[in-house]
Order: sequence, then C-alpha cells, then structure tokens
Amino acid sequence: MRLRDSNLFRFIIFVLIPLIVIIICGFSSGSYYAGLVNLFGINVILVASLNLVNGFSGMFSMGHAAFMAIGAYAAAILTLPANQKLISMPGLPEWLIYMRLPYPVALIIGGILAAFVALLIGFPVLRFKGHYLSVATIGLIVIVRAVLDNEDELTNGARGVTGLPNYASTWTIFGAAVICLFILYRLIRSSYGRGLTAMRDDYVAAQTIGINLTTKKISAFCISAFMAGVAGGLWGHMQSVISGKFFYIDASFKIVETSIIGGMSSLSGAVVGSLLMTFIPELLAPLETGIEVFGIRLPELYGASNLIMAALLIVIIIFRRQGIMGYSEIITESLFSAKTYSSVLKKSEYKKLCDIVAHKIKELSSRVKSKGA
Amino acid sequence: MLEINKLSVKYDNIRVLHYISMQIRKGEMVALIGANGAGKTTVLRTISGLLKAESGEILFEGKDITKMSSHNIVASGIIHVPEGRQIFTKMTIEENLKLGAYLQRDRSVIKRNFEKVFSLFPILKQRLHQQAGTLSGGEQQMLAIGRALLGNPKLLLLDEPSMGLSPIMTQQVFSVLESLKKEGITMLLVEQNAYEALEISDRAYILETGNITLEGRSSGLIQDPNVKKAYLGGD
Repeated sequence: MRLRDSNLFRFIIFVLIPLIVIIICGFSSGSYYAGLVNLFGINVILVASLNLVNGFSGMFSMGHAAFMAIGAYAAAILTLPANQKLISMPGLPEWLIYMRLPYPVALIIGGILAAFVALLIGFPVLRFKGHYLSVATIGLIVIVRAVLDNEDELTNGARGVTGLPNYASTWTIFGAAVICLFILYRLIRSSYGRGLTAMRDDYVAAQTIGINLTTKKISAFCISAFMAGVAGGLWGHMQSVISGKFFYIDASFKIVETSIIGGMSSLSGAVVGSLLMTFIPELLAPLETGIEVFGIRLPELYGASNLIMAALLIVIIIFRRQGIMGYSEIITESLFSAKTYSSVLKKSEYKKLCDIVAHKIKELSSRVKSKGA
Repeated sequence: MLEINKLSVKYDNIRVLHYISMQIRKGEMVALIGANGAGKTTVLRTISGLLKAESGEILFEGKDITKMSSHNIVASGIIHVPEGRQIFTKMTIEENLKLGAYLQRDRSVIKRNFEKVFSLFPILKQRLHQQAGTLSGGEQQMLAIGRALLGNPKLLLLDEPSMGLSPIMTQQVFSVLESLKKEGITMLLVEQNAYEALEISDRAYILETGNITLEGRSSGLIQDPNVKKAYLGGD
C-alpha cells in the first residue's frame, strides 16, 4: 500500500494544505510572500495552458508572453478610470476612454482578444507541419513589443501603463487558476483531448481515424492563448504596472522552461513546475547579494539564481526528458475527483492512512536497526 | 462502390501513378499487388485523402471525393489501416479503440462495433487497459484493424497487414480478413505477400511502376504464368 493511493492523504496534500496557504495569503495581501503565492497561481494558468499546445498536441509555441501582453493591456484599458486614460492613452477612441467594465468581464475580453490574435497567426501557420509555429510565435512577441513601445498614443509607449487598480486578489487568481485547470482537465479527458494526443503521437494514424488536424491545432492554440490572455490580465493588475518589456522573449522563455521542467504532457506538471520556478529563484536570491554560510562570507554572485535555474533545466533534459511529472496527473486527478473529498467523511479512510503511516514507520525503524547491527 | 478514373499522383516532380483506373464493387475484396515502390501505398493514401491527386477522379458511391479532405473521407465511410501498424503506442488499447470511433456519435453503433471487434479479437478484450505499445506485432495489427472497424467502414483500405509478421501471425491476420469478408465488408488489400492475397481476394490488380499491367479474377491470376513468375516464385 502506498501513501499516494490513500484518498485522505491526497486530500491533505493537494487540497487542504494548499487551501490553508491560500487562505492565509488571501488575508495577508500586500505581504511579500502573499505576492509570491499569487505569482505562483498565475504561473499555473500560463504553464498549464501552454502544456495544452506544447505537451498534449505536439506543437511548440513560444508566444505566451505576447498573449499575456494582449490580455494585460486589454484588461487595463477596460478597467482604468477615464481621467487616467485621458492622460496616458489619449489616442484611444472616445467610447473606450469612458468605458469601464467589471474586472472579470475585462479579463475575459482580454482572453478573447488574445485568442483572436492566435487565430490570425495560427491559421496560416498551423496548416503546415513542423516547427513553423515556434518561429511565428517568437515573431509575434517582437511585433507585440514593437506595437506597445511605439504606439505612444494608445499604450503610453515604453513608459508603460501605471496605477492599475489592485483587483487581482489571491481569491481571484486562484479562482481563475482552478477554473482553468478544471477546463483543461476535462478537455484532455474528452474525445477532443484524445484526438489531440492522437495527433501528437502519430499524425498519419490520426488522419485515418478522421481527425481534422487543422481545426484541432488551431482550436487548441486559441484556447491556450485565451487562458494566457486571462493570466496576463491578472498579472497586470497584480503588479499594477505593465509595459512592453515585461512581455518579451525572456518572459516567454521562462514559461516554456517551467513547462519543460514540470512536464509538458501533464497538467500536474504545470503545478509542480510553477511551484519550483516561482519559489526557487526567490530562495536563491540571497546568493546574489552575498550571504554567510558557516561563518564564511560568500562574495556577491550576481546572476547566480539564473545560472542555477539554467543548470536545472539542463539536468532535467538529460535525466528526465518528460519533466518531473512525466505523464502523471495525480494532482489534477485528486483535485477534481469526488472521491478525494468524500474521503474526509469516511472513518475507514482515516484508519487506512494510519495503517500506512504506521507501516512506513515500522519499515523505516527496522531499516535503521539493521544498519546499526 | 469505388471508382478510380485515370488517376495520377506526383511526389514533387516525379509522377508515381500514371493514369490508373480501378473499380471496387460492393462486398468485394480486391487485392492490389506489386513490388516495392510500385505505388501501392500511394494509391491507398490518395484514396483516403492523405495525398492529393494530380489529375483524375475518385468516385465513392457516385460522389467525387478526389478533393475532399481526409476527415471528410473518413466520415463518408472509407477507413484506411495504414502501413506498419500505426497505433497509438502510449495509449491503452481501449483508448485506441475509442479513437477509432472518433467520428461516431451514435452510442448504440459504437457499442455494437465494440462487441464485433471483441468477438473477432478476443485478445484485445483481455488486455483492454494495457498500453498498446506492449502488444506483439501481430496483436498490434489486430488492434489497428479493430480500430478501423470501430469507424464503421463501408470500405476498408488495408496497407500491408502482414508486413513484418511471423508466418503464424500472418495466417491469423488473413483468417481475420476472411471473416470480415464473410460479413460483407468491402476491402481493398495491398500486399506484397501475393500468394496469400490472391488466395483470399475476389479480384486483383497488378501494379508495376505506377501502371496497372494486369487485372482479373484472383483465381485466374494465380494460374497466370507471368504472375507466377514475377510474384509467386513459381517457374
């Protein structure tokens, strides 16, 4: 009997503990750690949606930062008060200047715009096989950056848009993240999702069972872009400042890197990858300013955290190419199965968990004893 | 049921099929025989829409399907079992079979087809939740055929079902094809294994470097001295 087979154990690890952390962060908004947890939530949306394209459908998109930018600017324009827009973005049409929508609606409109742009570039590109999509999406990032930096009247140019209202609370972010994960999870389990993985595994065989590759690719790409747009809107309102430089190639690459480390073909991989990529760089940050270890003062290692993250990526690619989670879906499976939740009410589940833990401890102590002898 | 008129196909600038014509009648099993590189696979791929024809037409039940895209051709009832057992190795057998019914919406039809496949290939039922990549070569071919049957085919295109199989497995695959024939499924069988193919089929076409050089009843062709010499290893 393994620990992970216990539904109660799954509940504690994947539901209860995250929930407690989220609740604590929700009530201590503004603190540094709450900000990090929020960033983790946004990363989950970004990486999980990228996995739909890169992991489950076998295409390779690098363009998530561009879709984020579209979502972030759209949400900003739709939620900022008119006097602010008149100063920073006077070139907007009048109806847009005076339009203010509720934040969730603005997020969704941002997502739809991102999906629409995905449709525009996906339609010519995705009809071909091969890595045309990666190249086209890198191009898209450059184009979006150029537009954001140069359309002074519409976007306030390279100065960016500041003073975004802080609507992206922990509740909103994790609400959106759970909804996105749920949608992706159901999508992948449906016949649509099976079609996607069939296309990834063998496109000739996929065609012979009647899968329309073009519509499959484009629709997956658009769904993914939609979620990236929503994540962009969340990110902008969390940071309260957006400008072109935040949505450039390095940002996109970081999302791709997270996806590879966690496991491209797994939604749970998106969660694990985001967890590592959000918190490890923060843990490593003291290295850059110099720390004392056992009385020895280390010099200031600028760029150390980037270096270590890059090394981590290389190690993962060499030793575990499918990413940390591989093809496993244990987290999403536990999160969205009724069994996990009903286990809380069952006495037998508690007994089972106790038995497993007792067994593990016994095993461990006997191992220690045999070593001692 | 299927009519091919003066079909030609090019790969880049090289024409590999030279204006060939073929007919398949309902309920018939037709074999297409030829050496390596004769263009057999090209014929199947063009019928199922994976390749585009240069000229000529393909009519299926009187409807022109030459320019249709592959998923619409599958929907109209032509199912291709591709060469080399292209199954989805990382998925379970059940998922593979379910994918075969990808375009089917009617649950009762899917259920009936599942039962049909299980009665033809009991081994697949036993290993339903096993990964398809763990099956032996012959079993993978059974799965590929089973997957195609779940698409509810009116016309089944079989590309070298005996390729790379042991003689015993080859016999098994051919006996399955025989029982499909008894059920009245129309089939176009591409084979290098000419003797077996002629034994089992009603009629046959012989393809040589993109031209059909001979056609007729299989029982007649099997006696034909030229065929014997070229394909059956006889003297």
